[in-house]
Amino acid sequence: MSAELASLADGQTAPLLYLDGVTVSFDGFKALNGLSFIVGPGEIRSVIGPNGAGKTTMMDVITGKTRPDSGTVFFDGSHDLTRLDEAAIANLGIGRKFQKPTVFENLTVFENLELAQAGPRGIGRTLLAKLAGAERDVIAEMIRTIGLAGRERSIAGALSHGQKQWLEIGMLLIQDQRLLLLDEPVAGMTDRETEATAALVLSLAGSRTVVVVEHDMEFVRSLDTRVTVLHEGAVLADGSIDFVQSQPDVVEVYLGR
Amino acid sequence: MPGASSLLTPRGWAWFLGLGAVLVIGVPLLNAVPPAGAALQLPDYLVPLLGKYLCYALLALSLDLIWGYAGILSLGHGAFFALGGYAMGMHLMRQIGTRGVYANAELPDFMVFLNWKALPWYWWGFDHFTFAALMVVLVPGVLALVFGWFAFRSRVTGVYLSIITQALTYALWLAFFRNDMGFGGNNGLTDFKDIFGFDLHAASTRRGLYIASVIALGLGYLACRFIVASKLGRLLLALRDAESRVRFLGYSVDHAKLFVFTIAAVLAGIAGALYVPQVGIINPSEFSTANSIEIAIWVAVGGRGTLLGAIIGAIAINFAKSWLTGSLPEAWLFVLGALFVLVTLAFPQGILGLSAQFRGLRGRGRGAPPAPVPGEEGAP
Repeated sequence: MSAELASLADGQTAPLLYLDGVTVSFDGFKALNGLSFIVGPGEIRSVIGPNGAGKTTMMDVITGKTRPDSGTVFFDGSHDLTRLDEAAIANLGIGRKFQKPTVFENLTVFENLELAQAGPRGIGRTLLAKLAGAERDVIAEMIRTIGLAGRERSIAGALSHGQKQWLEIGMLLIQDQRLLLLDEPVAGMTDRETEATAALVLSLAGSRTVVVVEHDMEFVRSLDTRVTVLHEGAVLADGSIDFVQSQPDVVEVYLGR
Repeated sequence: MPGASSLLTPRGWAWFLGLGAVLVIGVPLLNAVPPAGAALQLPDYLVPLLGKYLCYALLALSLDLIWGYAGILSLGHGAFFALGGYAMGMHLMRQIGTRGVYANAELPDFMVFLNWKALPWYWWGFDHFTFAALMVVLVPGVLALVFGWFAFRSRVTGVYLSIITQALTYALWLAFFRNDMGFGGNNGLTDFKDIFGFDLHAASTRRGLYIASVIALGLGYLACRFIVASKLGRLLLALRDAESRVRFLGYSVDHAKLFVFTIAAVLAGIAGALYVPQVGIINPSEFSTANSIEIAIWVAVGGRGTLLGAIIGAIAINFAKSWLTGSLPEAWLFVLGALFVLVTLAFPQGILGLSAQFRGLRGRGRGAPPAPVPGEEGAP
């Protein structure tokens, strides 16, 4: 059992996300190698690591896209995520923003949010769905939050890269998920957009649990949260950004380059 | 294109009802009222021909629902059409009664010829129209449900799905060719006499079947519009473009695909059932792989992801086919092939996208993705 797990046993609140000994290999290459990773409810956690450290694979395991070869993955205490498919995991309250912004390019900004909005997901209910006034208001509010006011009828494919990132974050928020996995949320953003994104993520602290995977050290620094450094599919260091940046092995594998 | 979120716009309804009235009332009147040979008289042979085009239009419409909106390029869609046609054909065979060549009240002619002694169990019930009508809907629907369940659950998409749908229709083609399957083998089912007691060769019966085809196409169009204008319609476009994103939103991609695939198969079956009494025959050639590919060409030429384009494409190409196969038979396949290449390369949005294209707009119609190359969709 890792030190992290032991510290958790000290009587802190029950974790929302619990990964222990997770191993995933692709053709012999171990993308994750006995990874243990725990996030408490309401926490905001940054995950950094060099290319190939297993960050995206970890997201894939949590969201059901990839099945681990071994190890346990639990959400909210009792839900074994290794036994569920993507849609079921999403419906448990785990949302994901992809590394490459993935919005529905042929739908408008409004329609993207309409599909993402929390609500029934069955086919019949979707076929007969009528958008209530209150739901419309929530979408309009979200469009303002993500800075796309006036663009609700634009086709999402016509948005700039940064705007797509924001739209996807908006889709996650309106989905009303408890755990948000953000894979490089500020990639391709201008400095101002990056600042605004950091403010948005920080405003979620307490109400949502957020795991941010990011390359942009300035962004991670501005979040100023606990940082987990991954390397070769396992945790290399864990602590504040200043602490991990002072670790010689972290500097060697990642920050020093 | 009508507004996306309402069934039809007021103008759309005016067009729909106006065109419907012309087709339901105008065409039969032009056929029935003026004396034969008069300038304005619509010749008798044209009525079932128009009816046939409308059945093809309904078939194309159903393919557009799954291809244009959900990105499922079925190249075996003709199989569902043919199954609906066979179900109707079996009913019409039973209606022949003792008027067959062998005057056998119990067995259709081809079974007498094969020396069969009793009617196979799967022919039971087809004496009754209601049972046959139920089978027209159920057989294609259940096959699509089972086939789709396996295919979508295993996440077969794009060109791989197209290939297995081709295999499906090919397998059925081989099976229906066999005499011992009990569906008339190579010759299929033909020599029909009447439907509901009305002579199938009478001009009035043909007008009736034609009107039924117009109504079926109209209702089919409204049903498809209802689906694509709903939130589910937007979900289909979403999963066509980014399937895994839809999964992470918590929707079941498999269920959504299965739903439209089954609906499309049922519509195709109904089209086949209306087609058979108007052309007077159903045989295994309807299962041929080339037939199914042709349906996709109608949709591509008309403009996929528009519903209306599928109808226009099916009617325009079949009109051209009737005319060309009459005047220049050997040229037809070359024309069809050239048309498909031309549309794919030069007019990716088909006939319906032409005006937008010539206006120099990028014209990214929501339903019309940039390049309709078969099999390209699916995996984003």
